[in-house]
Amino acid sequence: MTRLTLDQKLAILSDAAKYDASCASSGGQKRDSRDGKGLGSVTGSGICHAYTPDGRCISLLKILMTNFCIYDCAYCVNRVSSNVQRARFSPEEVVTLTLEFYRRNYIEGLFLSSGIIRSPDETMTDMVRIARTLRQEHGFRGYIHLKTIPDAAPELIEEAGLYADRLSINVELPTDGAVKSYAPEKDPAQIRKAMADVRLSREARKERSFTGKRPPRFAPAGQSTQMIVGADGADDTTILGTSTRLYSSYRLKRVYYSAFSPIPDSSAALPLIKPPLMREHRLYQADWLLRFYGFELGEIASATKGGNLDLEIDPKLAWALANRQRFPVDVNRADRELLLRIPGVGTKSVGRILATRRHRTLRYEDLRRMGVNLKQARPFLTALDWRPRGLDAADLRARFAPPPEQLQLL
Amino acid sequence: MRRVVLPEIGTFEAWRDEARALLGAGVPPEEVLWHRGAAEADLFAEALPPVRGGAVTVPKGFVDLARLVVWHRDPERFARLYGLLWALGHSRGLLEDRGDPRIDRLRRMAKEVSRDRHKMTAFVRFREIGDPAATRRRFAAWFEPSHYILELTAPFFAKRFGDMDWSIFTPDLTAHFDGFEIRFAPPEARPELPDDAAEELWRTYFRNIFNPARLKIGAMQAEMPKKYWRNLPEAPLIPELIAEAQSRAQAMGEAAPSLPPIRAERITERLRAPEAPAPVGDRDALLSGLAGCRRCPLWQNATQPVAGEGPLDAPLMIVGEQPGDQEDLAGRPFVGPAGQLFDTVAARAGLKRDRAYVTNAVKHFKFAPRGKRRLHQSPNSGEIAHCRWWLDMERQLVRPKLIVAMGASAAESLTGDSRRIGTRRGALEHAPDGTPVMVTWHPSYLLRLPEGARSAAEAAFEADLRRAAALVAQGEGAADTKGA
Repeated sequence: MTRLTLDQKLAILSDAAKYDASCASSGGQKRDSRDGKGLGSVTGSGICHAYTPDGRCISLLKILMTNFCIYDCAYCVNRVSSNVQRARFSPEEVVTLTLEFYRRNYIEGLFLSSGIIRSPDETMTDMVRIARTLRQEHGFRGYIHLKTIPDAAPELIEEAGLYADRLSINVELPTDGAVKSYAPEKDPAQIRKAMADVRLSREARKERSFTGKRPPRFAPAGQSTQMIVGADGADDTTILGTSTRLYSSYRLKRVYYSAFSPIPDSSAALPLIKPPLMREHRLYQADWLLRFYGFELGEIASATKGGNLDLEIDPKLAWALANRQRFPVDVNRADRELLLRIPGVGTKSVGRILATRRHRTLRYEDLRRMGVNLKQARPFLTALDWRPRGLDAADLRARFAPPPEQLQLL
Repeated sequence: MRRVVLPEIGTFEAWRDEARALLGAGVPPEEVLWHRGAAEADLFAEALPPVRGGAVTVPKGFVDLARLVVWHRDPERFARLYGLLWALGHSRGLLEDRGDPRIDRLRRMAKEVSRDRHKMTAFVRFREIGDPAATRRRFAAWFEPSHYILELTAPFFAKRFGDMDWSIFTPDLTAHFDGFEIRFAPPEARPELPDDAAEELWRTYFRNIFNPARLKIGAMQAEMPKKYWRNLPEAPLIPELIAEAQSRAQAMGEAAPSLPPIRAERITERLRAPEAPAPVGDRDALLSGLAGCRRCPLWQNATQPVAGEGPLDAPLMIVGEQPGDQEDLAGRPFVGPAGQLFDTVAARAGLKRDRAYVTNAVKHFKFAPRGKRRLHQSPNSGEIAHCRWWLDMERQLVRPKLIVAMGASAAESLTGDSRRIGTRRGALEHAPDGTPVMVTWHPSYLLRLPEGARSAAEAAFEADLRRAAALVAQGEGAADTKGA
């Protein structure tokens, strides 16, 4: 086998990493290198340094340490039974790439993941070594996200959390049953325990010791996970139920939904389909409603069709159409909770409505300036000079949904 | 009419000083003409009277707004800001009015500057211009922002690239950083920056991190508008990536699954080799059996089952309801707030926790998710009955002389009687096999009581534990005498 160049390795190992949706670099502990003794800063809100034509942001250098893997997960391009070309970075190569990219302002930091080679502990040891070298030898103060390996020893995860801003462990698929059938070497129970350990470590290090000293922070940007959507048969209600459980149990910062996407050299176990991008989008919208808009899972589920979100209209509009008796909402009187329920009104607009309302009564045109999407919101609200009509019209949904595709005469 | 000329460097501070003086002098907005000119321009086109009435105060938020708006390319920006400042003198709440057209305009301008600033932090691309082996390496970049944002944005780069020297050239202004301070200089013609080998690696990364099956060109351009492309080394790749995307995705779909490499089978076989047969009859059997328990659906939401802990020859068994949030995470019983209260009271009552086996009637945590919290839910009779299998197995292993049942779920599991605890507390009941069962409060019930009611209930709980400890000591004493 000829030796691969750094460029060839980078091509293979970034190609192998692109199925991980997360590229976020937000939420880290604020720090900088104005003292001239190191390199990098974290501002707290993350920067996307480039966008590829798939509309995804490049914030971090997202690579695999190696794409050799002893596991055989059907949905994964790197599974042991796949014939993709394999490569392996040395820890020094990863460190150099990260620093040189960073110096040229291409990236916010490193998102390192890896196939499992030999044993989970050995793989995790190498990953921790890369993070430690960056932090200690090079004074790197940029962002580090480590994908932890659930079966690795707790001490290694503990050490990883000291260098990384964020740790993540992928639950991979929405149900334990699906993990068992498509990722037979992975153990859902072990994945949960690993997430529980991360939460416990974070909480333990938030408390001050008896001397009042704060211990070093553990993964200050928290933990996240990813679920593949559309590979197994789970419906959206099941998927959102799993997310709800994960958010409440392990205080996750994010659950990423990744539409199952064709991979080179795919397995016979999973048919290749066009990735369900719209479904992925609707799931993110519903996830937001659950976390920031006070929706309960049951409410979102009640507006689905047989457990799946409406692909043509967003889940908030779908809920409003199914609960028309609660509208129109008076923007001059309703409380925050109710304002958040109006389709086309976001959390920011709600804040502006509440602030301005203290001084005067709102009119229709005010709402436009406050960022309300009036095309959607119009039928669902009243203002000083606005009374909607047709809230009970049978064709209200049709006004929002994209027109049906017309048949063409030959 | 007054003419005010602001310098090109330090524009914000100059505007602030001028505006403060004009406002103090009571000069209305329509009498001021604002200009931003060369740095050497005369600041005071017309001498201003001294400020009257002391410091000018403005509502919170105005300064932040002005700090951004002064860098906008709109020639009217200074006048607009001064107009608002003037109006704020009459209506203090104006700034909070998100429906006012003047405020709306200025906020949109601030947003445009802020977005341009953000895009600059994202899209500046440095090239190395010095010796890569030097202790302080040198980099430079050419950037074309939409607004006059270099002065505003330069501190970001100084904080981020503290250990290297850099220069950023823009058509309006130049900034140099040497590790100590940022120096601004008049604009220069676009410099010829040397090629940088890292750009080739960066393009390799850009090409390969792109997933051709998810083409979303609109989403890309919304965030990376074309006006920035000409200074991005990766941008020339975009047309070809888009052109090839569909055929690449299609090729992946049409490719027949290939045969796995030979080594795959060997590795998979080794990994999937059956593990040692399940142990029977001891604590290991309990643990491995519990790990796979599907007797009721509670396992689906929990992290893990929580088995009891303690010596297997303990004369006393303590049974609670179910693991809580902390127990579910740690996989150990009684480590959360209720467990800590139990430990405290038990210590006072002279009950030796390390001589007791502590466990729960139900082994998985039952909860309802609420945002970032999990709300405890009591197990129902069905769940208690299903889980009795495991409690019975623990009782077989430990064979305690006395069991303390804390709370209604434990009492129901052990005695089959689901009456409320209030009427039964402190009495000695019996399990179907005759083992004595003392019924008492659950410590989490005590934690929920209001301050006044709690001390009495806690005293009763302590008395029960004290009595349990005494009963066990008696029993052990009797056993010792019998043995002697």
